[in-house]
Amino acid sequence: MSTQPRPTIWEHAQTKGVSRREFLTACAWMTAMLGLPASAVAQVTKALETQPRIPVLWFHFQECTCCSESFIRSSHPGIADIVLDKISLDYTETLMAASGKQAEEALHDTMTKYKGKYLMVVEGSVPTADGGVYCCIGGRTALDIVQEAAAGAKAMICWGSCASNGCVQAAKPNPTKATPIHELISGVPIIKVPGCPPIAEVMTGTIVHLLAFDRIPQLDGLGRPKAFYSRRVHDTCYRRPNYDAGLFVNSFDDENAKRGYCLYKMGCRGPVTYNACGVMRWNGGVSFPIQSGHGCIGCSEGNFWDNGPFYRHLPNFPGFGIETTADKVGVGLGAATVVGIAAHAISTNIRKRHLIKEELASSEDVKDGRAEQGGS
Amino acid sequence: MQKATLGRVYVWEIPVRFYHWLNALSLVVLCVTGYLIGAPLAIQQASEASFAYWFGKVRFIHFVFAYIFFFNFLFRIYWGFVGNRYANWKNFIPYRKKQWKEIKQVIAVDVLQRDNTPIETIGHNAVAGFTYFMTFLAFLFQCVTGFGLYAAMSTAWFPKLFAWIVPLMGGDFAVRQWHHAFMWFFILFALVHVYIVFYHDYVEGRGEISSMGSGWKFIEKEYHPTLKDEKSSAQKPAG
Ligand code: HEM
Repeated sequence: MSTQPRPTIWEHAQTKGVSRREFLTACAWMTAMLGLPASAVAQVTKALETQPRIPVLWFHFQECTCCSESFIRSSHPGIADIVLDKISLDYTETLMAASGKQAEEALHDTMTKYKGKYLMVVEGSVPTADGGVYCCIGGRTALDIVQEAAAGAKAMICWGSCASNGCVQAAKPNPTKATPIHELISGVPIIKVPGCPPIAEVMTGTIVHLLAFDRIPQLDGLGRPKAFYSRRVHDTCYRRPNYDAGLFVNSFDDENAKRGYCLYKMGCRGPVTYNACGVMRWNGGVSFPIQSGHGCIGCSEGNFWDNGPFYRHLPNFPGFGIETTADKVGVGLGAATVVGIAAHAISTNIRKRHLIKEELASSEDVKDGRAEQGGS
Repeated sequence: MQKATLGRVYVWEIPVRFYHWLNALSLVVLCVTGYLIGAPLAIQQASEASFAYWFGKVRFIHFVFAYIFFFNFLFRIYWGFVGNRYANWKNFIPYRKKQWKEIKQVIAVDVLQRDNTPIETIGHNAVAGFTYFMTFLAFLFQCVTGFGLYAAMSTAWFPKLFAWIVPLMGGDFAVRQWHHAFMWFFILFALVHVYIVFYHDYVEGRGEISSMGSGWKFIEKEYHPTLKDEKSSAQKPAG
């Protein structure tokens, strides 16, 4: 069994009763999702006809499964089904039928049989405090599992903010030392797909790219696919013209809020958040937070829980307790400086009075005409 | 009692003075526009967005002055290598024993005011020089974080050179927060700086305030036997 080549995606689809027409439709969808022109449909089709299904190991560690929930709700007609069908999901705690020993066996089989060929998908961060005891599966720590699986993985996708940057469980004081995967693993190409959760179409799009091209998509400086994370939510926000015009909501119940002005002053993180919400939106393009009248909370950015409060533009200044922004600290320091200056000026007039007197005295010489030339 | 016999010393050359005032102007503009970017005015119920662009203009001014500020700063660094001895980079970094000695002296004389011995330096004293070095580092920080943020909103190649700061600091949010916080450094610096200029002129009577306009300072000859080496003109009427 192990020597048999895995069926290609097209072959597998046929066994599921997928017609040629349906297959081509799916290929066209995928091409569109990758943001490629129609001329690339043939290329994607060819790839899916010839590529064997990639074995995928999908792990769940410290997470809430919102990434999986998002993924299986992918809007385009059954696109997640298609993708789930196209990949061979050999192990995933929440969706697989097997459990217990069988499940662990399936994991082990894939790791040995397809060493260096399988795709590893991680949902959730890994706790490293106290020997990693805060997340154990099948009697082993998440850290142990992730290290073993990563050693034979072809590439890794970090689903969601947990795996990409730690998300809520890594917020201060981070009692379990929740750690994003890239800080634990090296030597495997890592694609980060942050968001809490990521947009379903972004997730499927990333997988489709890997399927169709057998290559890592182009990544930005933080390791996120450029196709989805190269622009800020702010850049594609339909309320952006209000920002440029200086029209801001000043409180959630004012007239400006009703008019749909920009939520910048309500703490919207759109200007510092890289994601595709403004373009792809959520739930099949129905809406996204800003459209629903709530600012972006920056869920796909690192540390977003610690950058609070969510409803203020400036965060709390580190080390200065609750409700202290950099501006308040600045005004305080400014006042202290002015007091210091005043004190110094008074001190100058006391301690330097002799010096100043002497100078005045020597100036009198000039007035007396004893200097060579007088100033005017 | 000593008679003050002053000699004129040409301390700040035209490029230094030009730099100084352009820098001051840019900093004021950048602080004001930057503050507005962080805390825009509350306009209730204005017209439709398509009729206004004031916030866009504020940001535009910030970016224009950002470029002016940056290249002016670069120019000053260049002048630190070709300018006169008072403009030289060596004044700013206390790497000689003599400078550390002077730092102690300045603290005793001008800060704690325990002592009235005049400080002999004609240009920047060692404490001032070192403080300016710190502000140069702050300029650099502000330029790197500013252009790093700007890289995301500009198609020009120049800001992209600074894009590396964003992953380094963990994301745009942190960069922006620190960019904002550093504004206060410049405000505090300006307060102290202006006061100290007045203080020196008041106590020493060397023309500290006007020196950044005219370039000249008036130095007591007896403290500066080397004065004759300078291009001084002690005998000219003060006009
Ligand atoms: C030293 C002088 C400067 C000061 C005091 C200053 C101050 C500020 C402040 C307070 C903000 C608002 C931050 C916030 O709360 O969101 C800001 C924003 C910004 N500054 Fe500066 N800045 C300076 C120099 C620069 C430079 C050299 C650049 C380079 C291009 C720059 C680019 C930016 C950008 C891109 C923003 C964000 C604007 C936006 O998103 O609309 N700044 N600045």
